[in-house]
Amino acid sequence: MRNAIRFLLRSEARVLRSVDPTMTVLDYLRQVEGLVGTKEGCNEGDCGACTVTRVRLVDGGLRYEAVNACIQFVGTLDGCQLLTVEHLSSRDDRLHPVQQAMVDCHGSQCGFCTPGFVMSLFALTRHTDHAPDDAAIDDALAGNLCRCTGYAPIVRAAKRMYDLDPRADEITAREAETISALRALADDETVSVEKDRRRFFAPATVEALADLVLAHPDATIVAGSTDVGLWVTKQMRRPATVIYVGRVPALARLAETAEGLEIGAAVTYTDAAAALARYYPDMGEVIRRLGSVPIRNAGTIGGNVANASPIGDSPPMLIAAGATLHLRCGAKRRAMPIEDFFIDYGKQDRQSGEFVEKIVVPVPAQGTRFRAYKISKRFDQDISAVLGAFAVRLEGETVAEARIAYGGMAATPKRARAVEARLTGAAWTEATVRAAMVDLPQDFQPITDWRASAEYRLRTAQNLLLRLFIETSDPNTETRLVGDREIAHA
Amino acid sequence: MLDRPGAITGAVSTPRQHDSGHKHVAGRAIYIDDMPEPPGLLHVYFGTSSEAHARIAALDLAPVRAAEGVAAVFTAADIPGENDISPTHRHDEPILATDAVHFAGQPIFAVAARTRDQARRAARLANVTYEPLAAALSIEAAKPAGAMVTEPLTLVRGDADAAMGTAPRSLTGQMRIGGQDHFYLEGQIALALPGEDDEVTVYSSTQHPSEIQIMVAQTLDVPANAVTVEVRRMGGAFGGKETQGNLFAVVAALVAKKTGRAAKVRPDRDDDMIITGKRHDFLVDYAVGFDDDGRIMGVDMTYAARCGWSSDLSGPVTDRSLFHADNCYFYPHVRLASQPLKTNTVSNTAFRGFGGPQGMLGGERLIEEIAFATTKDPLEIRKLNLYGPGERSLTPYHQAVEETTARDIIETLEGSSDYWMRREEIDAYNSRSRVLKRGLALTPVKFGIAFTATHYNQAGALVHIYRDGSIHLNHGGTEMGQGLYVKVAQVVAEEFQVDIDRVRITATTTGKVPNTSATAASAGSDLNGMAAQAAARTIKNRLIAFAAEAWDVPPDQIAFLPGRVRIGQQDVPFAKFIGRAYMARISLSSTGFYKTPKIHWDRAKGRGRPFHYFAYGAACSEVCVDTLTGEYKVERVDILHDVGNSLNPAVDMGQIEGGFVQGMGWLTTEELWWDDKGHLRTHAPSTYKIPACGDRPRVFNVRMVHGVRNSEETIYRSKAVGEPPLMLAISVLHALSDAVASVAGHRLCPRLDPPATPERVLQTIDRLRAEDAAA
Repeated sequence: MRNAIRFLLRSEARVLRSVDPTMTVLDYLRQVEGLVGTKEGCNEGDCGACTVTRVRLVDGGLRYEAVNACIQFVGTLDGCQLLTVEHLSSRDDRLHPVQQAMVDCHGSQCGFCTPGFVMSLFALTRHTDHAPDDAAIDDALAGNLCRCTGYAPIVRAAKRMYDLDPRADEITAREAETISALRALADDETVSVEKDRRRFFAPATVEALADLVLAHPDATIVAGSTDVGLWVTKQMRRPATVIYVGRVPALARLAETAEGLEIGAAVTYTDAAAALARYYPDMGEVIRRLGSVPIRNAGTIGGNVANASPIGDSPPMLIAAGATLHLRCGAKRRAMPIEDFFIDYGKQDRQSGEFVEKIVVPVPAQGTRFRAYKISKRFDQDISAVLGAFAVRLEGETVAEARIAYGGMAATPKRARAVEARLTGAAWTEATVRAAMVDLPQDFQPITDWRASAEYRLRTAQNLLLRLFIETSDPNTETRLVGDREIAHA
Repeated sequence: MLDRPGAITGAVSTPRQHDSGHKHVAGRAIYIDDMPEPPGLLHVYFGTSSEAHARIAALDLAPVRAAEGVAAVFTAADIPGENDISPTHRHDEPILATDAVHFAGQPIFAVAARTRDQARRAARLANVTYEPLAAALSIEAAKPAGAMVTEPLTLVRGDADAAMGTAPRSLTGQMRIGGQDHFYLEGQIALALPGEDDEVTVYSSTQHPSEIQIMVAQTLDVPANAVTVEVRRMGGAFGGKETQGNLFAVVAALVAKKTGRAAKVRPDRDDDMIITGKRHDFLVDYAVGFDDDGRIMGVDMTYAARCGWSSDLSGPVTDRSLFHADNCYFYPHVRLASQPLKTNTVSNTAFRGFGGPQGMLGGERLIEEIAFATTKDPLEIRKLNLYGPGERSLTPYHQAVEETTARDIIETLEGSSDYWMRREEIDAYNSRSRVLKRGLALTPVKFGIAFTATHYNQAGALVHIYRDGSIHLNHGGTEMGQGLYVKVAQVVAEEFQVDIDRVRITATTTGKVPNTSATAASAGSDLNGMAAQAAARTIKNRLIAFAAEAWDVPPDQIAFLPGRVRIGQQDVPFAKFIGRAYMARISLSSTGFYKTPKIHWDRAKGRGRPFHYFAYGAACSEVCVDTLTGEYKVERVDILHDVGNSLNPAVDMGQIEGGFVQGMGWLTTEELWWDDKGHLRTHAPSTYKIPACGDRPRVFNVRMVHGVRNSEETIYRSKAVGEPPLMLAISVLHALSDAVASVAGHRLCPRLDPPATPERVLQTIDRLRAEDAAA
C-alpha cells in the first residue's frame, strides 16, 4: 500500500498524500498549482479548453496523450507526467513551434480555447512526424471547440507547425530523464489516499482490484472517467470511495486469441479502435466519431459497457458482433453473451463486488456483412440519436444469420428480434429489407428528446437497414458523407 | 508580417497579428478567472427558479445559510438601490426575483461562500414553494394573447395590399427560425473589489463597461463616479456580453459592498446557458406578389419573435430584423411588422447580426418561393430583384441604396465559383446518385452599419505619450477576440508613424474613457478607430506647432515619417523629439471623440437614414445530403466579401471565416430544445452542437473585395466586418434546400426551416416526396 499519489509536473516531482478523490486535474492545476493557462470552458470534456497532455511509460517509451483535465481526477495521474500549455515554451521563453505556428497563422482570436488547441496540436506532433491530411487534423481537433475562427486558420497552423520542426523542443531533449523519473515512480503497490474520509484507490494488479471491489462493493469504479467525471462536475455527486482501474496492466491487455479479440476493461477507445477496425472497419469509424481524441485516450470500451447507457455506442456494435462479456468477483469469473448484461434502464447483470474484466469479440464468420452507423446532429464528438449495428451472414443469396442491434431506440441497447426473424432464411433482396423495415416498430418504440424525435429515430433506424442493403448489394452507390467514403469492407 | 520596407511595423492595412496572440498560445493571456484571487474572496452562486412562471409562496433559505462555508445569502430585499437591470430602463428585469418567477432558471437569491464548490452546493438547498401560473413558452402560445415586451415597429412604403392584389402571381407562407446560444468559450464572470467609502471596482467580462457601471451604481444606490469597471479581454462574446453580464457584475458588486470582501461570480457552463439570453427565434408570416418573370411587386411580412420574459434589447433586435427583411432586394410596395412577444423563457438578447440575420432569412425565403413558382434558378430571381437604379433604390425605411456593390459581388462570385457549370454537374450527379444528393446556392448579404439608437454612435479615446516616446492607448471599445485593440493600435501607430510595439494597448476602463457605447453593431473599429485618431491628431497638431516654433520652420515642412519626425531638412528620432516636446512643456496627452455623421432615424414615422453605410458580401455553398438519414456535409464554399480598405486583412479574414462558420452552426446543427415545462435541455456542449473542426467546409475559398474604399468617410475608408459575414451562411441553408428539392424534381419549394438539423432535413425530404407523389 502506498499512501501517496506521485507524478511529474513537467519535470518536477509531485507527491500528494491527502487529496480529494474526485478533485479534477483542472481544479488542481488552477487552484493548487496556480497554473491558469489551462481553461475551463464546459467542465464536461466537450469543449477542449482544458486539454493537457498526459505522458505515460508504455513499453519502455513515452506515450503522449491529450486528455481533458476537467474530467480527469488528479489520482489518475499517478505514475505519469503532466504537461500543460505553460510547459511548452522554452525556459528562455521562446514560443514552441506549435505555438509559433498558431501565432503565424492567426489561429487565435479570443484566445480562450487556444491553450487547448495548442495542447491537442502538440500531442499530434508526438504521434505523426509529418503534416497529416485535413481529415486527420479534423480528427485530432474534434474535441476542441472554437467559436471565433471557424477553424480554418487553426488547420493552417496544424500544417505550418511541421515546417518549424515541432519535435525539436526541450520536452524531447529531456525524454531520457523523464523515462527514468517515471520508471522510478512505477511500482506494484496499491495507491490509497484519503481526504475527509473519502478514499481513492488505484490498484496495480487485477487481484488487488478484485479484492478492493469485493471489500468496497459500493465504490465507484473509474476507468476513463469520461462519464463519472460528469457525475462529479455536473451532478455534484461525491462518491465516498473511488477505485481507479487504469494502473492494472492485465485490464489494459489487448490480445488476439482463438476466441477472438480480447479487450481488457481498461483498454482505451484509442487502442481498441485500431484493433477492432481490422475486423470491423465500421467499429473503428464509429469509435472515432463517438468521442474526440482526448475522450478516446481516456474512455474505455469496458466502461462504456459497464455503464450500460442506452445511448452508449459500443454495446450495440458488440451485440451485433456476438461479443462475450467476462465478469469477475473476487477469484470467481463468469461470462455471458454481452446482450444479456443489459437488463433494463440503469439495471445490469452485475453482482455486488463484481467488475467487468474483459470483452471478447469474435472474428466475423465467413460471409458476414458487418456495418455500424452512428446518427447524430454533428458528426464528431456527439451522442447518438440512433446507433444501428448489423451483422448479416449470407449463404449465397440467402440470409443465414442476422444479428441486429440498436442504441438510442430503447431503455437498453437491444437486438431487433422481429427484424432478424424477418431476414433470417429470406432472400437478401430489397423487398425483404423493406418488409423488415415495416417490422422494426415491433422491436422499438423510441422516445422523443432533445437529440431526436421518436419519429426520426424510427424512420432513420428503418432507413439504416436500407443503407445496409444498398451498401452490400450495390457497391457503386455512394452512401457515405464522412469517414472512408470508399467502403473498405464487403 | 508583410510590412513595407522602410515602413513602420503594424501600419494600417497590414495583416498584423492579434496583439495577444503570443499570450493566447502560451496560456499567458489573463482572463478574469485567471487573476490572482484576493485574500478572503467570496464565491457567489445563484439559486434559480425551477418553474417557468409561478408565484413564490414561500422561500426558506435556512438550509442555504446553514451549509458548509456559507458566509452570506442575499435576496432582492438586500439590494440598497434599484432591483432592476433592464438595459433600456423599462424596469422589467429584476436582478433577483421577488414575488414571482418568469422563467425556469431565473435567479431568486445569491449565496456567497468560501469556495465555489460550497456556494454551488448551497445554492441547491433552498426550499421554494411555488404557486404555478400559466406559462407561455413558445411564439405560438404567446401570439393569441399578443403580450409584447416592447413597442412593435411597422415599416410601410407604398401599398403592399394593392400591389399584391394586382400582381399576376402571389403566394403566402410561414417560416420558423431557430435561436442560437452564443457559446462564448469563456463564460460569464465578474470579480468585484470593495473600495473606500462607496467605491467599488468591478472586473467584468462585458462588451459594455459603461452600462455595467451604471447598473452597479443604481443597484448600490451610489453615483457612477464611485464605480470603476474594467475589462482587458473577453474569451468571446458575440453579443452575449452586451447586456448579459449585468446580472453577474451587479451581484458581485453587491456582495463585495455588503461583506467588505472581494466577490466573484462565475456560473458553470450549464447554468450560464440556462440563465442568459440567446439569439431570438422567430416565426415569419409572409405574402409576396410578383410578375411572371419573378419580379417582386409587393411584400407583406410579420416577424414575430420570442423575446422571453423581459424586454432586454428585443426592441432594437426586432427593429433590425425589419431593416434587413429586404436584404439586397427592392420591394416596390412593402409592409413589414414586428411582434416582440413576451414569453416565459429566458430573455433573448443581442447576438451577432442582432435580428438582421433573421430578417434576411425571411427575404431570402421569398426569393426561393418565387424561384420555385416561376421554375427559375434562385440566382436569376436574386439578380432580377436587386436594388437600383433610380427609383428602385429605396429601402422600406426610405434610405437609398446608392451603390451597385451587391450586383458586382454576385456577378464576380458567379464567375469565380463556376456557378452555372457546377449547377449542371450537380443536376447530373443527382440524377445518377440514389442516396446522396447535392445542392448549390449563392446568396448575398447587405448589412447596415450603425447603431439604430442614434445616441450610441459615439466613442471616446485617450492617448498619452510618455517622455520616452512610448505611447499609452485607451478607448471605449472592448476586446472579445475580434482584433479591435490591434486595429486601433494600428491607427495610432500610423498617425505617429511609429512601430506598433511602441503603442501600449491597455484594458478598457470606465475610469479613463467615460460614457462609452457597447462594442457592438460591428462598429467597434469605426467608432474607436476614429476617436483614437482624433486624440492622436490633437497631440500631433500640438507637436507640429511646437516643432514649427522650436525649429523655426513652416508647419507644412514638418512630417511624421517612420520612426522619426522630419522638420525642414532635419530628421529627429521620434523618442528624442518627444523628449524635446516634454522639456518645452507640450501637453502629450489627449482625449479624442467621434460621432457618426449623417445618420438619423424617426421610428414613429419609419423613415430616415439609420445606417451610415452598408457592408456587402456573397457566398456560394455546395452541400451533399444523405436522403436516408438527413445528414449532410458542406463540400465547398466560395466567399467574396467587402471590407472596404481593410485596416487589417488578417483580422478581417478571421472575422469572415469565423462569422461564416458561426452562422452555419446557427442554421444547421445548433438546436435549442425546451421541454414542456419550459426547461432548456440543450444547455452544454454535450447537447448543444456548435460546429466542430470537421464541419468546416471541405473547400473554403475566402476572398475580400480588393481596392474598393468605403465611399463614406470611415477610418481609413475601411468597413465594419464583425457581423455581416455571419449571414453569408444563409447560402448553406439554401444549398441544403436545393439538395432536398431534388428529391421532388425541383417541383416543390422545400420550405426548409432552420436549424436544418439532419432530422429537419429528413422530415422535409419525406414531406416533399409525399407531396410530389400526391400531386
